[in-house]
Amino acid sequence: MADLSTNFLGIKSPNPFWLASAPPTDKAYNVERAFEAGWGGVVWKTLGEAGPPVVNVNGPRYGAIWGPDRRLLGLNNIELITDRDLEVNLREITDVKRRWPDRAMIVSIMVPCEEQSWKGILPRVEDTGADGIELNFGCPHGMSERGMGAAVGQVPEYIQMVAEWCKHYSKMPVIVKLTPNITDIRYPARAAKAGGADAVSLINTISSIVSVDLDNFAPVPTIDGKGSHGGYCGPAVKPIALNMVAEIARDPATRGLPISGIGGIQTWRDAAEYIALGCGTVQVCTAAMTYGFKIVQEMAQGLSDWMDEKGYATIADFQGRAVPNVTDWQYLNLNYITKARIDQDLCIKCGRCHIACEDTSHQAITAMVDGVRHFEVMDDECVGCNLCVNVCPVDDCITMVEMTQGSDPRTGRPIDPAYANWTTHPNNPMAKQAAE
Amino acid sequence: MTATQPGDVRAHRLSSADYADNFSDIHPPLTPHEALVEADRCYFCYDAPCMTACPTSIDIPMFIRKIQAGNPAGAAKTIFAQNILGGMCARVCPTETLCEEVCVREIAEGKPVKIGLLQRHATDTFMEREEPHPFVRAAPTGRRIAVVGAGPAGLSCAHRLASHGHDVTVYDAREKAGGLNEYGIAAYKTTNDFAQDEVEFILQIGGITIETGKALGRDVTLERLTAEFDAVFLGLGLPGVNPLGLDGETARGVIDAVDFIAVLRQVEDLSALEVGRRIVVIGGGMTAIDAAVQSKLLGAEEVTIAYRRGQEHMNASLYEQELAQTHGVVIRHWLAPKSLHVSDGAVFAITLEKTTLDGDGKLAGTGELVTLEADQVFKAIGQTPDAGPLAGVPIELEKGRIRVSAERRTSHPKIWAGGDCVAGGDDLTVVSVEDGKIAAESIHKALMA
Repeated sequence: MADLSTNFLGIKSPNPFWLASAPPTDKAYNVERAFEAGWGGVVWKTLGEAGPPVVNVNGPRYGAIWGPDRRLLGLNNIELITDRDLEVNLREITDVKRRWPDRAMIVSIMVPCEEQSWKGILPRVEDTGADGIELNFGCPHGMSERGMGAAVGQVPEYIQMVAEWCKHYSKMPVIVKLTPNITDIRYPARAAKAGGADAVSLINTISSIVSVDLDNFAPVPTIDGKGSHGGYCGPAVKPIALNMVAEIARDPATRGLPISGIGGIQTWRDAAEYIALGCGTVQVCTAAMTYGFKIVQEMAQGLSDWMDEKGYATIADFQGRAVPNVTDWQYLNLNYITKARIDQDLCIKCGRCHIACEDTSHQAITAMVDGVRHFEVMDDECVGCNLCVNVCPVDDCITMVEMTQGSDPRTGRPIDPAYANWTTHPNNPMAKQAAE
Repeated sequence: MTATQPGDVRAHRLSSADYADNFSDIHPPLTPHEALVEADRCYFCYDAPCMTACPTSIDIPMFIRKIQAGNPAGAAKTIFAQNILGGMCARVCPTETLCEEVCVREIAEGKPVKIGLLQRHATDTFMEREEPHPFVRAAPTGRRIAVVGAGPAGLSCAHRLASHGHDVTVYDAREKAGGLNEYGIAAYKTTNDFAQDEVEFILQIGGITIETGKALGRDVTLERLTAEFDAVFLGLGLPGVNPLGLDGETARGVIDAVDFIAVLRQVEDLSALEVGRRIVVIGGGMTAIDAAVQSKLLGAEEVTIAYRRGQEHMNASLYEQELAQTHGVVIRHWLAPKSLHVSDGAVFAITLEKTTLDGDGKLAGTGELVTLEADQVFKAIGQTPDAGPLAGVPIELEKGRIRVSAERRTSHPKIWAGGDCVAGGDDLTVVSVEDGKIAAESIHKALMA
């Protein structure tokens, strides 16, 4: 049995699966149910300043997009930080941490970008016995209009400044949660590190309008005929988040900075991918909000089974293993040649590979051979693009096979086993050296 | 052989609730939720096999995608564009041997997309919403066409001709239009008077007059029609029924299955319908199945289908055979009728001879006899064409049926034909619809040339 326990900034949890700061972690009742179900930790829903709490809309807060069979692919929300009294939250955090000492308890905080505000709240959070804090610099709606959340996260100087305050006024590990609503994620990550933050977590939600109601011509969710942009999350955002995680993981300025990965994690496999890109823990929200807390059992058991199968005893054994393989396009091997192969036994003859290739790509797949419906790749036209693999409804029916010998029937050029990339390609006017 | 007990043929075998249950929709329509879940299963195949398998070439992936996209009424328009009787075809098509048989998910999982039920969802939605008729009639051409037979072929032809701006008069011998849709299909496949609703829907195009109670050869002659109209389409169906060729065939209780079904379809009160306790149905096609299952549903206790060849030779699809069996009908193969036993003018039993294929592959009796007691014997061994009404106008026939070209033209320059009365092709509703459509296009082309 693989050991799933993690030690992230000295914060121990029995598994890397934390619940992200969000509605599922807004109060003791939910968090205790999560711990009972097996979650390794939680990031308590973001606390604001003492005093009258924020208020939420009283109409719909969520919108969604769906895949086939109404499977939720993306979720959008316009909910704000906790709308419960600070005192109640602090008391519950204290109680829950006391009852569940082996689980990670991180407290998310968002207060105005003023030193006094941070100085005021940090000791109070520290008194709860929480293991660490996460600075919410990501929330893209509502709070950002008040100079908080993403409004801070979009200005690297502010990130550094607030991180410095937190390190100054608290002994707790500091995680800076990054907003994806920026051009280059490396700048806020570098700022967090420069400010002394112990880790970053990402991504927060993406600014979004999830759909438009065509009866009343207003964004969804619609509040009395109007809608505003919300924050987008769920499986649809995972590719965006993975890229941002990888960018930070391989940036020389932030390499080695601990990362808690967030964004569309639905299964053990998603989690393993984040960890392979360097994350020490992962945070989940939409999957829990879709299926309930029990899903953590599939995630933990699935990850454990896969680690056993691969011979990884601990999370550290594969953490970051994919980082060295993330590179820039210009370094990809242009001598690497693949061709699509259709397994005729698995093929159900839907023809989607053909029409995708015929209409939109390279005219490299037959539809009819000798008068019979038959789908076969024509190697002399196939550029190896993988589109057919992606549109095929049958798993593993179409695969990409590397050519290692002979010549490419498409170009007529012999297969060159040597590595060669764009930087030295003769067609590249910026080539650093002439091709032989 | 003598009768052991008097023939037990009577009405009111069941409670009124049983009749209502038994003759409710055999395949209830999909709920909107079920339709969306099912529509999501469609892969939107390229050059989709289902579409190729459909005799009317309905763009099935497109109509299913429209259901997926929340546009079921639009889906119906896609269906109607190819098949104006798409609503009835959704109910009666043997999809298991057409579109659903070749669905790639049948190949992949043994579970095809439920195309028939999705088609019904779309067409029902359209008709329930009382959407405006999906087609606009072209400007009047002044051309007049007579259609003989208001069954699927005739209605399909009339609609297509009318949509091209022609004026169409449809003659039918029966009291109501619809043909087999009204008189021939099992009641539980087309509930709530759907056949008449569909006729009304078709007539919405305008330019079609239906004259019921007008039989060809009796009330109108082909000679007159060809003289008075610019073109004639014959969708006569198969009015005759094959006889068993046995003594006693006129006895009480020996009944043409098509007549039994027609009466059942028209009766106001099913409980008033008489049915025997023990029934033997002779035949292996859809009519045999429909008669057997419906007599069982009317309360018959023992219903046996006797077919002279093997299971693999039956015209009824495997699906329909199983439907009969799950309703408690016993299907016996390799049995040919040999003699009817009649007492006091009523049948009480039938003797059948076991059959086999001889060395030449021909059907032969083995001499071994089986006698089944029967209060009623239903004959369902095929329907026959009737060339009588065509007398006086030279038209080439082929084995009694009308010979037609690929465009459904007969040998007479002003006459087209389609549906069960023409030679070749399967006797299916959907094929008749296609015949009517092709003929209409051919007539249009000929008249406008």
